[in-house]
Amino acid sequence: MTTVTTGTTATTSVQAPSVGTGHTRVEGRDKVTGAARYAAEVPFADLAHGWLVLSTVARGRIVALDTDPVLAMPGVLAVLDHRNAPHLVTDYHGMLGTPDPTCAVFQHDRVPHQGWPVALVVAETSEQAREAAEALVVRYEQEPHDVEFTGDHPDAYPVDGHMPAVTEKGDLDAQLAASAVVVDAEYTTPEEHHNPMEPHAATARWDDGRLEVIDSNQGVTWVAGELANLFSLDPASVRVRSEHVGGGFGSKGVRAHQVAAVMAATLLQRPVRVVLTRRQMFSLAGYRSPTTQRIRLGADPDGRLRALEHRAVSRTSTVYEFVEPSAGVARVMYDADAHHTANRVVRLDVPSPTYMRAPGEAPGSFALEAALDELAEKCGIDPIELRLRNEPETGPVSGLPFAGRNLAACFREGARRFGWAERDRRPGLRREGRWLLGTGTAAASFPAGAAPSTATATAHPDGTFTVRISAADIGTGARTALTLVAADALRTAPERIRVRIGDSDFGPAMIAGGSMGTRSWSWAVKTAAGELRERLALGADIPAEGLTVHSDTTEALGALTPAERHSFGAQFAEVAVDVTTGEVRVRRMLGIFAAGRIVNPLTARNQFLGGMIWGISMALHEEAARDRASGGHVGADLAGYHVATHADVPRIEADWIDDTDPDDPVGIKGIGEIGIVGAAAAVANAVWHATGVRHRSLPIRPDRVLSAATGATDV
Amino acid sequence: MREFDYQRAYDVAGAVALLDADPDTRFLGGGTNLVDLMKTGVERPVRLVDIRELPLDRIESTPEGGLRIGATVTNGDLAAHPEVRRRYPALAQAVLAGASGQLRNMATVGGNLLQRTRCGYFTDVSRPCNKRVPGSGCPALTGEHRNHAILGASEHCVAVHPSDMGVALAAFDAVVHFETADGAGELPLADFYLPVGDTPHRETALPPGALITGVTLPPAPVAAHSRYRKVRERASYAFAIGSLAAALDIRDGVVREARLAFGAVASRPWRAAAAERVLTGAPAGAETYATAADAELAAARPLPDNGYKVDLIRNLVVTVLTELAEETAR
Repeated sequence: MTTVTTGTTATTSVQAPSVGTGHTRVEGRDKVTGAARYAAEVPFADLAHGWLVLSTVARGRIVALDTDPVLAMPGVLAVLDHRNAPHLVTDYHGMLGTPDPTCAVFQHDRVPHQGWPVALVVAETSEQAREAAEALVVRYEQEPHDVEFTGDHPDAYPVDGHMPAVTEKGDLDAQLAASAVVVDAEYTTPEEHHNPMEPHAATARWDDGRLEVIDSNQGVTWVAGELANLFSLDPASVRVRSEHVGGGFGSKGVRAHQVAAVMAATLLQRPVRVVLTRRQMFSLAGYRSPTTQRIRLGADPDGRLRALEHRAVSRTSTVYEFVEPSAGVARVMYDADAHHTANRVVRLDVPSPTYMRAPGEAPGSFALEAALDELAEKCGIDPIELRLRNEPETGPVSGLPFAGRNLAACFREGARRFGWAERDRRPGLRREGRWLLGTGTAAASFPAGAAPSTATATAHPDGTFTVRISAADIGTGARTALTLVAADALRTAPERIRVRIGDSDFGPAMIAGGSMGTRSWSWAVKTAAGELRERLALGADIPAEGLTVHSDTTEALGALTPAERHSFGAQFAEVAVDVTTGEVRVRRMLGIFAAGRIVNPLTARNQFLGGMIWGISMALHEEAARDRASGGHVGADLAGYHVATHADVPRIEADWIDDTDPDDPVGIKGIGEIGIVGAAAAVANAVWHATGVRHRSLPIRPDRVLSAATGATDV
Repeated sequence: MREFDYQRAYDVAGAVALLDADPDTRFLGGGTNLVDLMKTGVERPVRLVDIRELPLDRIESTPEGGLRIGATVTNGDLAAHPEVRRRYPALAQAVLAGASGQLRNMATVGGNLLQRTRCGYFTDVSRPCNKRVPGSGCPALTGEHRNHAILGASEHCVAVHPSDMGVALAAFDAVVHFETADGAGELPLADFYLPVGDTPHRETALPPGALITGVTLPPAPVAAHSRYRKVRERASYAFAIGSLAAALDIRDGVVREARLAFGAVASRPWRAAAAERVLTGAPAGAETYATAADAELAAARPLPDNGYKVDLIRNLVVTVLTELAEETAR
């Protein structure tokens, strides 16, 4: 599938292209030997440690904080709370919009959810800070809370988010009435958490009049900008660094811990580190909202859609309006004479959700692609054929042309490699010992975009180059990808390039998010490196300090013509189900993607596989349990919150077809998210094929399979 | 984390003396559960007495033909021991079904018996829990209880015991040996765990200050033909939602002897004596197995969200006994 090399020769006269060939991570050796320092590991002289105290009630007011006994405890330096914390500004519009007030800690006595930060205890050691934080007695005036999320909640209202909340085309009722076949089903997905391996951690200090924060985040430009806004600082006086990041998945923006660390460092005038525990992450790092989605499909007997309705409801906190836009995926995937979509939100006494890998598309594709499978069953049509019959010519809602829609090619290649042609469509027929076997498929899509970024490329007298960009490598392999892009632009070997990332002093750049990071940064890197090569070709001298070229992609991006720009994919899964125990095991998976030009096949494959594995996890395991009585989590740790283990992950293949984007200088579309899209639906559709039972609520737990087996109804 | 004192014991008498001197002292075996609980504040010992250097790490045959397993034998060594695998295969399977390789290399047999429930309310000190704070209440009754008890629970506590190993030990009539300052003693596993009643915080019948020194498995020819099946919410590295240790001896189509114990259904490994009574002397077959399971599960009192466990255990009994019977017939 892919050619893997671990380096190329630097001295060939004609340099072979690096983009498109597999390279191990340039920082891989540092990571596996421990030389790479993560945010909580960077040593500082005179470091103090802060520990957050979180509310134990879900709604109410802080009446008292008994700080005196805590201040007398060994090593304790300070306690910060709403009575003594610096004032923060929150009415600003940052890189990604208005801030979630959850990060604006200690500004008032209100408690809007359980796990809300009420104080920071700072001590000489982390252990002393934790002990004191746990000893701090906080008294609350408790109020009745509501954490009960339902799809028919009367308070649900439409929210735009990063797309319009509602789109409506055609007469839905009329088209449904005219349809020979109708699917009308409700699907639910639970509260899911990012759980990156590396917990959130930040160290703040003042150094010669500048605020410096060593952090683990998905965008130093973003976090530096938020901190400057929150603390009313000159943006030039804030420097945020984030060199290595042990996973983010959407959770690593500006959060309570950075803000609290800055407050404490300001107060104490010494470096202060705040690290979140795994349990604190469940309240403070954001999460994917649960969703309830109703899908109505109406079709002619041949499967051609006349009506499509996708109505999604998600949940947010009372302090921040965040929408999980699950219905958005229908605006890209399928057209119908009547096409209605809506994203609505219910505000409850819970922490604020946030972006989590494929926000909208991940839960949305589960519902929509499962509904398509139900329609295929009802029409007696192969599920792939049904999708091919409903391929839209233009954007179903926008009417814009697709800038490359290679979904059909993904299905054809996937079907060939998965052995789909031999599949008997009838459910519940295949048995191997105690296991019922089935296969399923689903389509995937995710928007392809780019955002303005700046970069510099520097030529050194010794023939090497340094590229600087405020990019983030959150485990994606971005640093390596950018090395390859720069090498090709400079027509040199990757070994001659040093890419430095994760420092806000390198200038503004896009975050690692929205599957836009590597594309946005590559554009800027290629522009700067290309111009540098031209200057060198014209005989420019390289001074001792190097010859540096700066790039800014703002203008180039503004010139892009409007179009439906997306990556696409086809997911396939085979499962085994024991209906006597409820166990579901995925036996094999295949994902074929059309996701632009693949810069580094080695790390790209990682990305796709990681997404698909998360899809297994989403289909079968992941679910945060919230206790109605207390309003908080139960089992908020990695023993209670199950993610797929190695034993749950079978033989998985991910591959791609040629899909170079002609509008991107490198041909990139973006691959960060699409691996998870459709994966859970493929698994759920396979479970139906194995058992004949539709599971419309994730995760497909053993108790649900058992109950369905005995109740003989779809669930 | 609160500061604590750490001492290492090199002989049993010394270990017992160290514990006896201070009720806030805990023995430290593998630490795979205790250290977690210390981090979350559920356990706050003043002192740890590390017992890993005690000479209790042997597995030996008893003169009667059973096995004596030292308290500090690791789970990994227990599961790998050839005599365990030959004479009590369900025990080896049960141990291997638990935790991960790294944890099994640390966890000890004595510690396994004393591990605490993973109930999410017990492990969160911000919540009420009658087991952790007697009289504070049990939020699991009306809250998250999908993996809670269906047998032997009370309105004071519905938590389940998390051990896999203990389920096999229960099936094989294990006897727990202990040492106190007053001398040695023993408890059959059947009497080791106390009924929940209104004292869920009192979990075992061990006298105060006791150190578990080992476990004896009496000879049980039936155990050579045994199996452990564990069902959990993912393929590995999760606690059971239902498990079964079973041994079966069939002669001429009639069950001569059967051993059954259930896991993840009660506050202790659940020996299914009523089911065994039905099985003994009955014709081998799925119908008998189902009747036996039903006899045991008649006492089940599921909560709103854990009724599936009744079906799960019933299905496991039928499936596993059928598998064992088929293998006997071969």
